[in-house]
Amino acid sequence: MSADTSPAIELRGASKIFKTPSGGLHTAVRDLDLTVGRGEFVAVVGPTGCGKSTTLTLVSGLEEPTEGDVLVAGQPVAGVGDKVGFVFQQDATFPWRTVLSNVMAGPRFRGVPKAEAKEKARAWLARVGLAAFEDRYPHQLSGGQRKRVALAATFVNDPEILLMDEPFSALDVQTRALMSDELLELWEGTGASVVFVTHDLEESIALADKVVVMTAGPATVKQVFDIDLPRPRKVESVRLEPRFIEIYREIWESLGEEVRITRERGAAHVA
Amino acid sequence: MSPDVLSTPVVETAKTSDRAQTRAQAARRRKAIVYTVRVLLLVAVLGLWEVLSRAGAIDPFNFSMPSKIWDQIWTWMTHGTALGSLGEQIWYTLYEALLGWVIGVAAGVVFGIALGRIAFLADVLGPYIKVLNSIPRIVLAPIFVIWFGLGASSKVASAVVLVFFPVFFNAFQGAREVDRNLVANARILGASDRRVTLQVVIPSATSWIFTSLHVSFGFALIGAIVGEYIGATKGIGLLVAQSQGTFNAAGVYAAMVILAVVALAAEGLLTFAERRIFRWKPSDSDS
Repeated sequence: MSADTSPAIELRGASKIFKTPSGGLHTAVRDLDLTVGRGEFVAVVGPTGCGKSTTLTLVSGLEEPTEGDVLVAGQPVAGVGDKVGFVFQQDATFPWRTVLSNVMAGPRFRGVPKAEAKEKARAWLARVGLAAFEDRYPHQLSGGQRKRVALAATFVNDPEILLMDEPFSALDVQTRALMSDELLELWEGTGASVVFVTHDLEESIALADKVVVMTAGPATVKQVFDIDLPRPRKVESVRLEPRFIEIYREIWESLGEEVRITRERGAAHVA
Repeated sequence: MSPDVLSTPVVETAKTSDRAQTRAQAARRRKAIVYTVRVLLLVAVLGLWEVLSRAGAIDPFNFSMPSKIWDQIWTWMTHGTALGSLGEQIWYTLYEALLGWVIGVAAGVVFGIALGRIAFLADVLGPYIKVLNSIPRIVLAPIFVIWFGLGASSKVASAVVLVFFPVFFNAFQGAREVDRNLVANARILGASDRRVTLQVVIPSATSWIFTSLHVSFGFALIGAIVGEYIGATKGIGLLVAQSQGTFNAAGVYAAMVILAVVALAAEGLLTFAERRIFRWKPSDSDS
């Protein structure tokens, strides 16, 4: 298979086993098969703590799989590649850098000359609506604004693969909807392939072309659903459409069971 | 454009400004009271000391009295000490302490960051550093006088060993406790290991390091003074030793007062530098 026709991301029988501090072994991901096509927006949903985030760290190259293969553009992942962008759940902006300097960080790390990096960073800051804030420090911004900085800092590197680990989960509901719309707008221009991890089923349907339901931990793929809602979408309005609700019911039947299993385990732990 | 300004209700301006005024007045009054009581306390303690000493309730020969201490400082300032001018002694001690402090801090930061980042080094050197740290380092001062003689270098050396460890442990801890997300983010954005160290680990460890800088300057002064006390040709420590040798209690206290002033001035400078460097941090003065 040539590199041009191979899917953007491919996981084949990938497993990840961590050593716990107490010396035991914890299987976060087990025998996972997942394919993400080029330019495809895939949302991964599953119960909390099932190992969704681990899947992303495997694709990013931050962690190696214990077993199985992880391929990006047909090539096995070895270390952090330059095609990948990652938006983290927690704040990962550098607090000692100004907004502009934060967005410049990626290009500067990759050896882009300062003037060019500044120009690119300014362009992306303008696209996320923070042009007037370039001299501020992160602590002077709101949570939503910091997330915008993180998005600009990620997109400025022109990633072919965009990994997002519950990026909006710390935001309030209105800000979250707004950010989701902005994400779709930003993404539509780039042709990047996206893996968006969330535990919010509504969010995943509103955003994605394909929703992957994970089992209760250790994570593996349970079922994959194609979302046939037309684009461009507006997150707030699309969730009121009858087709959206239909899809929601269908997926929830599958996801709800895993959530129940996780809950029962939690209860057993407490008891 | 600060949110506080926007949230102030506009309608009740007259009333709130009235209230604000009363509140500001109360705050000012409280501040004045605090300062007054503070000064009164000092005057009371010094006065009591003076009176008891003059009345012979405490032995003036051993405990001296504030007026004598002030006379001693005044004599040193106007007529110089037995070793030369007072400024020269202060400068000599300060020079030794500063030099020792700079060397100790530099070594502490470099070793701390290196061991914090490179697990192999930490595993190999860890036990040795623990052993060295458990030695009461003040006993090294006599050895340094033997090794380096009566000049400045023996005092610098004792300042260095006192400064190194607190700075080292803080830098080490700072490098260890860097937010993993920031490191992961930097790596994803394309930073090499060297860049991660220089642009993520060191900036986030600075607040840890600065905490130790405050304490460690005090240690540098201690190192220099103890070194001088044991054997020197100049410096405030020698002044202490000589005063002690001539049973001049006022001289010992006078040297202590001078040292306290020097230490406070250095502390002030450090706080000023810290404010400049940590502009990115949320602080009380920001809101």
